[in-house]
Amino acid sequence: MKFITIDKKNWTKGIDKSRGTYRLFGPVKDKNWCMIKELDGDILPDMEYNESVMSAKSVLFPQSETILNTSLNESVEDHHIMKRAKNDYTARAVLGIRPYDAKAIQLVKMNFDTKEYKDPYWCDAYEATTFVGMAITKPGPFDFSTSVDSGPFCEEGLDILLADLDDSFIAKILTPKGESFAAACGFDSTIDDKESQALFDILRKEAEKNINCRVETDKLKEKNLLDLHGASFWDDLAFSCINCGTCTYVCPTCWCFDIQDEAKLKESSRFRNWDTCMSPLFTRHATGHNPRGVKVQRVRQRFMHKLKYFLDKYDQGIMCVGCGRCVKSCPVNIDIREVCHTMNTYEKKD
Amino acid sequence: MENPYMPYPVRIDDIEIATEDKSLKTFKFVFLNEGDEEKFAYHAGQFAELSIPGVGEIPIGIASSPVEKGFVKFTVFKTGVVTSHLHNMKVGDIMGLRGPLGNWYPWDKLENKNVVIIGGGFAFTTLRSSIIYMLDPANRSKFKNIDVVYGARSPGMLLYRDELFEWEKRNDINMHITVDSTDDPSWKYHTGFVPQIVEQNAPKADQDTYAIICGPPIMIKFTQPSLTQLGYKPHQIIMSLENRMKCGIGMCGRCNIGKELVCKDGPVFTLDEINQTPKEY
Ligand SMILES: Cc1cc2nc3c(=O)[nH]c(=O)nc-3n(C[C@H](O)[C@H](O)[C@H](O)COP(=O)(O)OP(=O)(O)OC[C@H]3O[C@@H](n4cnc5c(N)ncnc54)[C@H](O)[C@@H]3O)c2cc1C
Ligand code: SF4
Ligand code: SF4
Ligand code: FES
Repeated sequence: MKFITIDKKNWTKGIDKSRGTYRLFGPVKDKNWCMIKELDGDILPDMEYNESVMSAKSVLFPQSETILNTSLNESVEDHHIMKRAKNDYTARAVLGIRPYDAKAIQLVKMNFDTKEYKDPYWCDAYEATTFVGMAITKPGPFDFSTSVDSGPFCEEGLDILLADLDDSFIAKILTPKGESFAAACGFDSTIDDKESQALFDILRKEAEKNINCRVETDKLKEKNLLDLHGASFWDDLAFSCINCGTCTYVCPTCWCFDIQDEAKLKESSRFRNWDTCMSPLFTRHATGHNPRGVKVQRVRQRFMHKLKYFLDKYDQGIMCVGCGRCVKSCPVNIDIREVCHTMNTYEKKD
Repeated sequence: MENPYMPYPVRIDDIEIATEDKSLKTFKFVFLNEGDEEKFAYHAGQFAELSIPGVGEIPIGIASSPVEKGFVKFTVFKTGVVTSHLHNMKVGDIMGLRGPLGNWYPWDKLENKNVVIIGGGFAFTTLRSSIIYMLDPANRSKFKNIDVVYGARSPGMLLYRDELFEWEKRNDINMHITVDSTDDPSWKYHTGFVPQIVEQNAPKADQDTYAIICGPPIMIKFTQPSLTQLGYKPHQIIMSLENRMKCGIGMCGRCNIGKELVCKDGPVFTLDEINQTPKEY
């Protein structure tokens, strides 16, 4: 671990230099939104953005990704025999990823990188990626990351953490991957570790003070899973939901996907797309039978998965990093902070 | 890195119409590459994804038995996009097979036990695999009594008829074959629904008796009380669930019942285990 300082006058030059070795991704303004995109050509990351509508999960887990393909043309050798799609896993870096989004990637990793199976597409992309985080100094009104083991300066999952000091960035280099990226940019003015850490601590405390919302999760673990599932509050809670799925698409920790095949002119591919547990099709059997055919069952599934099943299964906290995106984006104001409170304080009445 | 989404290439070696209404066909596959059959080593009760390039993948229980070598077999009901396409394919066509997936019936736990197998309709595929496995000369002595209750709508809707009637003649397995109804005067087996036949013919439970049940939800629902009446405790009732699936390896998130993923932690659960999860199947 070491600190370096980057004069903002040198930032663009450094970033451009790294393009020789890295594909870059980062926040860019898109109409009224900020999105995380590949920084093609000479596009620069917008390091001053507050929040991106979508998280950085797509850098490793694209909304649609080809996984296998093959020819259906019987005169071609190996027709109908599927091969892994040739995707690009050369080194890439995400610039300005928010600490909660980087932490979210660590939670998603528990799903894709397991003892029994490894998802090669996600794992190869993860290996290839350097995460250059941007600390949050002005948390948004929906941010509750400090309640869920993240926070504006959380280092989990990052290779570099940057803090903005008006004319310069201070970069805390956290891993060898971070070191290589800094070197590729030519950023090498080291500064005193102790002083820099002290400055980081002050900035972190300032930022954390601006997060006014606290969500308690401490009692979720001890609650009985079936009691929570059978609780009577779900009907009220789900009443206004229109099952649009927005909350799942914007969420950095939602990883569910669908697999589909496509054939065009004798070339076939199999790809996976983000899916949502809010859709009735998600669980519908060919017979028409549907274990979560009713809206309330699906809303319950989303919150139970995040706040109970995941917690019980991995014992690594809840499946939420407190970014607040789902709260901000929900058209009918369904608020995970309130749901979490309801679940955390639930007592079964006999 | 092993790619768990990559199917083994297989060739359709044989297709057999399995029921009189032609809604079910049994497909026999052989592996194209040497060594793949060994890698596909499976246990009775597991399933696989049948993978048709350009069309899609479907989870299907393995109907052949680990003691049958040189091929794998699946019996498929024609219902939607992929199953209909498969029904139109022909011998010699190339497709893919991904697996084996999921857990299996608890064969270790069932050693030295009486086993009662209960199946309904076309959910008899992994039960066929299990019966062939248990009756194999190398395995038969590992189990005590074997009883099978299997029912279908009519005689022509029973799967694997030749094998059923052959087992019927043996004295190391007690067959209780039934149909909902029939106007065939030569029908010499039971008529009546599975739950009723279970109640009348299945052995009473003792500590050493386990039941495996597979069938449509309605049959399972009505068979449970019959088993309870015969003294079976929830940990002695073993079931296989069929949630909608895609990945089959616990990653795509759709097949869960509570924190359990049916594709990876199941599809086989005891009723005891199922009672501890939300009933979302
Ligand atoms: C563990 C397991 C074992 C099974 N064993 C058999 C068997 O031995 N024989 C048999 O005929 N059927 C079996 N099924 C059911 C079979 O998977 C479905 O009938 C089949 O997926 C329908 O596909 P489709 O494309 O024709 O239907 P569509 O309605 O067009 O379905 C589209 C897709 O949804 C998914 N899907 C739909 N229904 C189901 C379902 N019930 N279960 C899982 N995925 C579904 C599949 O990915 C399917 O391709 C089994 C299911 C499971 C989970
Ligand atoms: S964003 Fe709101 S309305 Fe849309 S599915 Fe999620 S909870 Fe329901
Ligand atoms: S559940 Fe909502 S607040 Fe939590 S990580 Fe997902 S989008 Fe952010
Ligand atoms: S089928 Fe994908 S998680 Fe079970």
